[in-house]
Formats: sequence, C-alpha cells, structure tokens
Amino acid sequence: MAHPSTYQPASGIEKWLDARLPIPRVMHDQFLVFPTPRNLNYWWTFGGILTFMLAVQIATGIVLAMHYVPTPEGAFDSVEHIMRDVNWGWLLRYSHAVGASMFFLAVYIHSFRGLYYGSYKAPREVLWILGVVILLLMIATAFMGYSLVWGQMSFWAVTVITNLFSSLDSLIPGLGTTLVEWIWGGFAVGGPTLNRLYALHYLFPFVIAGVVILHIWALHVPGNNNPTGVNVKTERDVIPFHPYYTIKDGFALVLFLLLFAALLFYAPNLLGHADNYIPANPLQTPPHIVPEWYFLPFYAILRAIPNKLFGVIGLLGSIGVLVFIPWLDTSRIRSTRYRPIYKWFFWLFVVTCLALGYLGSQAPDGWYLFFGRVFTFYYFAFFLLIMPIVGLIERPKKLPGSITQSVLGPEASRPAGTPAAPSEPVREGVA
Amino acid sequence: MANPDISTDPSLLPDDDPSRRDVILIGAGAFAVIGGAAMLWPLLDQMNPDASTLSLATTEVDIAPIEEGQAITVMWRGKPIFIRHRTAKEIEEAKDVKVDKLIDPLARNANLPDSAPATDVNRAASDREPWLVMIGICTHLGCIPKGQAVGDYKGDYGGWFCPCHGSQYDTAGRVRVGPAPQNMYIPPYAFASDTKIKIG
Amino acid sequence: MTMTRLTTMTRLALAAFLLALALPGSALAEEAANGHGPAIEAQEWSFAPPFGGYNKGQLQRGYRVYKEVCANCHSMRLLSYRNLAEPSGPHFSPKAVETLAAQAQVTDGPDNTGQMFQRPGRPSDAFRSPFANDQAARAANNGALPPDLSVMAKARPGGPDYIYALLTGYRKVPPGFDLTQGMQYNTAFPGHQIAMPNPLVDGMVPYTDGTKPTVDNYAKDVSAFLMWTAEPKLEERHKVGARVMIFLLVFAVIMYLSKRAVWARLHRRDHTHTA
Repeated sequence: MAHPSTYQPASGIEKWLDARLPIPRVMHDQFLVFPTPRNLNYWWTFGGILTFMLAVQIATGIVLAMHYVPTPEGAFDSVEHIMRDVNWGWLLRYSHAVGASMFFLAVYIHSFRGLYYGSYKAPREVLWILGVVILLLMIATAFMGYSLVWGQMSFWAVTVITNLFSSLDSLIPGLGTTLVEWIWGGFAVGGPTLNRLYALHYLFPFVIAGVVILHIWALHVPGNNNPTGVNVKTERDVIPFHPYYTIKDGFALVLFLLLFAALLFYAPNLLGHADNYIPANPLQTPPHIVPEWYFLPFYAILRAIPNKLFGVIGLLGSIGVLVFIPWLDTSRIRSTRYRPIYKWFFWLFVVTCLALGYLGSQAPDGWYLFFGRVFTFYYFAFFLLIMPIVGLIERPKKLPGSITQSVLGPEASRPAGTPAAPSEPVREGVA
Repeated sequence: MANPDISTDPSLLPDDDPSRRDVILIGAGAFAVIGGAAMLWPLLDQMNPDASTLSLATTEVDIAPIEEGQAITVMWRGKPIFIRHRTAKEIEEAKDVKVDKLIDPLARNANLPDSAPATDVNRAASDREPWLVMIGICTHLGCIPKGQAVGDYKGDYGGWFCPCHGSQYDTAGRVRVGPAPQNMYIPPYAFASDTKIKIG
Repeated sequence: MTMTRLTTMTRLALAAFLLALALPGSALAEEAANGHGPAIEAQEWSFAPPFGGYNKGQLQRGYRVYKEVCANCHSMRLLSYRNLAEPSGPHFSPKAVETLAAQAQVTDGPDNTGQMFQRPGRPSDAFRSPFANDQAARAANNGALPPDLSVMAKARPGGPDYIYALLTGYRKVPPGFDLTQGMQYNTAFPGHQIAMPNPLVDGMVPYTDGTKPTVDNYAKDVSAFLMWTAEPKLEERHKVGARVMIFLLVFAVIMYLSKRAVWARLHRRDHTHTA
C-alpha cells in the first residue's frame, strides 16, 4: 500500500475500467508485483491454501444447500439422499466434511507459523487480531455445520454446548436460562434451533470472506513477515509475488490436495464419529459425547476446570487470550529462530496442544483428568507467564543483518555486486 | 521502500533453457485447467434430476373405472395428464376435421415421428380410439384447460377451454381457437393391459 | 532455504504432525477398549483395501439373508428396490428387481375415498418396513426397538467387523455373569447383554450358488450387504479416487519442476555476479 502503483493498463478497455473501478490495478499491485521477502519458506504457503479451502467449502456448501432439508424429520434423510441419489452427491458431501477438517488443519499450521515467527508483533497486531476473529468465525461455522446432519453427535453437541450458557445463572439468576431458551427457540434443542443454525451456517462463511479481505489488507500495509523476523531493508530483500510465490503456493496447494484426496476417497469417515450415523434421539444420550478433532483441545480445557462457569470462562478465555499475544510477548526479537530459551517453551506448547487434543477425546477422569489440568495450566501459563517473562530475560542469538544476508551469507564471502549490509538505522523494537 | 527488485522479473533475467521451462509451465497450466474443469463439473451436474426423480419417470394408471364420456387427471413428472374415454360422437367429430385446416397440423405425439399429421388416428391411442391421453397444459402460456369435469365449459368444439386467454381445443385435443399455437402434447405411453396405461 | 535442508523447526514440526496422525488411530483403539465394548477382530473384506470393491454374489446372498431373516424386525428405509439393480452393488437384473419389489405389499394412497390401501411394490418404492412406526416395533419386541439397518455399518465402531462379531458372538452365559431376564449374552455387544435373540441358524436361508449355508457365511454375507447399503458409492469413490490421486501426483511433480524452473533465475542471479 505504501508503494506507488506500476500498473499500466494495456488496452482501451483496461484504461476505461481503470478510471472507473480499478480492480485490475488492485489485483496487479497486490497479487502480481507485490514486493514479498525472498526468503519465505513453505510454512508461508498456508495462507493461499486457506483461501482455496474457503472457496471449496463455500462452493460445496452452496450446492449441498440445494438438496438439504433443515427440519428434524428431514435433515438426516436429506443428507443420505445427497449421498445416494444426487449426482456426485457423495463427492460433494465428503468434500465438505473432510474439507472442514483440512480447513482446520491448515488454519492451525498457519497460526502456529504466526506464533513461531512473531508475525503478531508490531506493526502486525491488527493482522493477528483479525486472524483470531477468523478463527472464531470458523469455529462457530464448523460447530453449526456439524449440527445440521442431525445425528446423535450433532444433536447432543448442540445440547451440551448451548447448555453451557446456563452457567450464567450463577452470576445473575435466570439470565442463563433466558439466554439458552433464546438460542434454542424453545425449551430444548429442536426444529427452531436447527433452522436458525442452518441460516447462520450459510451466512457466516461470507462474513469470514469479508474478514479475510481485511486480513490480507492488514498484511499488505506493512508487508509480509519472514523467517528471520528482520524487516525488509533494500530492494534486494524482496521479489515480486508473481511468479515466485504464485508458483510456490500452487505447488504447496497440490501437495495439500493430495492429503485431502487421500482422506476423501479412501478414509472419508476416519476423522468423524460413528454415532453421527445414528439419527438424533432426544431421549437417548450417547455414552461419550465428543466433538470433532479440531475442537478437542478446547473441549479438554473446558472439562479440566471443575466449576461450570469457570470452565466456560476457560473455554472462551483459551481463544480470547490469543488477542492479547502482541502485548503479552515482551521480546524485541520476532522470530523464535533466534530465541534459544523461548524455543523450548514454544515446542512444549505445541506438545501441550496435541496432548490436550488427545485428552479431549477421553473420558475426563483418573489420569486423563489430571494431565488435562496440567496441560491446561501450561496452556495459559505459556501466554500469561512465559511470553512476558522470557521475553524480558532472554539473550537472543545474533540476527542476520538483512534478509539478503540471511539467504546469501555475509558480505565478505558474497560475489561482488550483491547488496551490502543495510545503511539505514535499525527500527526501534525490531532487529 | 521503493518498488520490488525488478531485476528478479523473469523476463529481464538471462535465460538458460527457456524452451524447457516453458514446456513445464505450459504443462502446469494445462493440468490446472483440467483440474479446474474436473472440479467444476460435479458442481453443475448435481443440479440435474437425481436418481430418485428419474425413478419416478414412469407412472401406471388404472383406467377401468373411467366410464364413456368421463375423464380423469393424473400427475406424471409433476404435470397433469388428461385421460378421456371419448364417446362415439366425440370420436366422429374429431375424425371429421380436415387436418390442413387446423391451426397446428402436427400430431405432437411423442410415440410417433415429429412429422406425423394431426389426424384423429395419430392423436388417439393406437387401436383404441376411444382413449385420448394428453399432457393437460395449454400450449400458450401453461395454464391447465377446463374440460375434464362433466359440467365444465368445453368450448365450441366440445374438447377443452382454457380460461386464461380463451384458447379452445377439440375432442382430439387439437387447438382450434388461439392464442395457443400448438395442439396439446401427447406423452410417451403404452397400454400395459386393457385396463392399465403406463406413462413414461 | 532449499528442499534438501530441513531446519530443526521443520523436523520437529514433521514429528509433531506424524504424531498427530497417529492420534486418531490410537483414539479408535482406545475407544474399543475404553468401555465401548471388547476389541473386535478384523475380518477380511473385498471392499476394505483402497482399490477394493463389493462381491456381487456376496451382496445378493446378503440381501437374501436380510430379506428372509432380518427384515422381519429391522427396517431399511433409506434403500429402494431400484438400488438392488445398481452395477456397483448386488446388480440384480431389472426383471429380478421388479419381481422382488412386487413381492412386497406397500402402503399407498389415499385413494378417492380417502383410504390408504396396499399394492404390490414397484422398483421406485422404498424397502417395506416391518412395522408402521417405532411404537409398533417396540410393542412387538418387548419394548426394544430393532434399529433401522440402512447405515448400521457406519453407525458402529468397527463397522462390518462389529456386525459379523455380533452375529457370531452369541454364547452361553459365563459363570458369575448377571444376565437380566429376557436378554442374551453376546461377546461383541457393549455390556454383553443384547435383547435380540440369536437370529442365525445353519441352513435357514438356502443358497443357490454353492456357498455353504452356515451361520458364519450368513454373517459374512449380510455384513458385506450392510456395508453396501451404508456405502453404495464405495466402488465409484475408489475408482474416481484412483484417477484423482494419479492426476495429483503427476501434477505435483510438474508443479515442483515449474517452481524450480521459475526460481532458478533468481538463484542464478545471486551467483552470477562474479568479478
């Protein structure tokens, strides 16, 4: 956004449109010539992958909506009708269901990339917060989408999670119950609930798309971060987005699609739960109510806290705390690559998330509950204690002088003609 | 921060093997187009009638209870089907008409070639001339003509009368007064037995 | 950074990813042992491998077992008689399907007097249910509801393995086991007490293709049939999947070479500025 546009409309039509609604200019400036650090690694390809997955979910979702029936009597059968009778219905349904899992896999990798390389630090705080907003919207959308199948897991997941709001009764008597009955549209989960979940599930992806546009806009103001965390200093540090990163993102996308296809065509129900092939029965609770894998860590945190209200606060807090990361992390160094102490805490955090995921799938008693509490404690300690404290006391490794230096090596051993070390002063707060 | 390093623009850098690189890039582009088309097709094809709809493409009707001079209406593929058991007088009136004087001289019978003329023989059931089976939709703008019930006004030709814009059909379902441009269509059907018709 | 040099970050992340992949598998095994019932033995199925499919003869035999034994109590509302003609399923001939459908009396109507009536089934009809509704089913079965079997092979962990284990799992009550009145002991059913009496007996359904009419074969065949009723598109899915995987593998190679070709200029520029 800070660079003058170099777009030259070629034909008469392009000039005409450019003067009225300069979309080709914007596309050119932001996605073709956009100066991008030359040292981005494959962890940076997940943004493009996520955009693709959003398009896949929207496209498959719209066509599924042409056949789905949002009533308790018709929902389960309509999904089976799609699987059996609608042309390519089995492919569309499995794409949408497996696609949701792939979407979350990509968003978690994308988020962990941001955490590791300090992409949330100034001046990218708003970019990070928009990302958290997108994650929240994705969680809500996925939760609602799963309920539409109206299997046993769908029904009871909605019942359990919406019932959590009744914990507000311990704050203000009657508030929680009123809120829950407002959400349900009745005295229990039923037809009105299903219908409104459907309406909102259709709406939210378009809200996500809007926030994604803001997210990319917020990225393009300062430009991309890079694995060294060192700011771009000279022209030699950057390359045009096209063709270098369009082709690299394309390659990474095809690899991602290979995994997607393997699951879709050969194990489409691996990540699902058998109980959701039982039609919803309000009079019979499944022995173990478990959410989809991408919610398991949050589910573990919820159940680790013994008090209902504080469990809900913990659940919401586990995502809410992410908003404050730009200010919790006191390190002046962006990239964990150069933070030898913090690095171990970071990997312990990754292990924590995986462990919480596993524990979320188990019954919360005995050793499972104990470790659930241990890892929940570390989850919050990582953000509230480690990030502020380690940032202040750590002695970081020496940063490279520039991005080009990190790629090509220091000046002395570089062939003549390649850029020297930067002559501009180092910006406060960033090496 | 100035413009990006345009010396990395591929078209400005020295080339080493342009033809090989171009082949690979063309290959990549081709695969992308094929992949995109393959992904697009199911999204479009899912709107076509599904297997359960196609299985209902045939309907059987029991015509034994239809007395002479009576007519029934049944649904087939979402459309009304007029089945009339014509009287001898109605058959004679239909046969008397000169085909080249008709507004629409073609039979419009799915069981016959498109060019078949609209003679009564080509409109009525083959070898069972009292039976007339038609799609009961006016060929003007799609209203359902009156004439099935005994007390209905049937128009000047004793067949059917469309209340929307005044089209009139004769006892063979052929349009005699517009604005309808064509005779009522005859669906594909056959007599499964003396008392059963299979439509579609 | 080139593809050949993996940083510590990448190596650790790969390890974490592989660990994550192992989790669903362990979770499933855990489920079987964690109060969800005994561990179910895996059977060999023609449709289990990635390029596997259904055995037409087995599905036809399985349908016979369903029709003559199970259908007396268990509905299968999501299937229609026309499905029996599917080439990637039992592949009965159209004539056979018409006959099978006509053998069932289905409710239709209302007629012109407002009454519902019975008529022989057509291929487009759904499978006739043994009971008009759940309450009638319970009344006829001591309050227990025989579940619909349309997607049963996907509605239980273990799928067809579990169904086979259940049908062959009836045993005499072990000493010390407290069996509730009216229930049967079954090794595979969670809790080991099942309301359904042992449905299969050697020789109860005649097989015409030479397969031995034993309980073991009945159980195998009807489990395979139930897998097909749950996943009728399995063969098509495997077939399309093979084509997609091959396409993507070739595409991945082409994209990798393209990426290398595009980036080669940049890498060359970095190393060509010599004195």
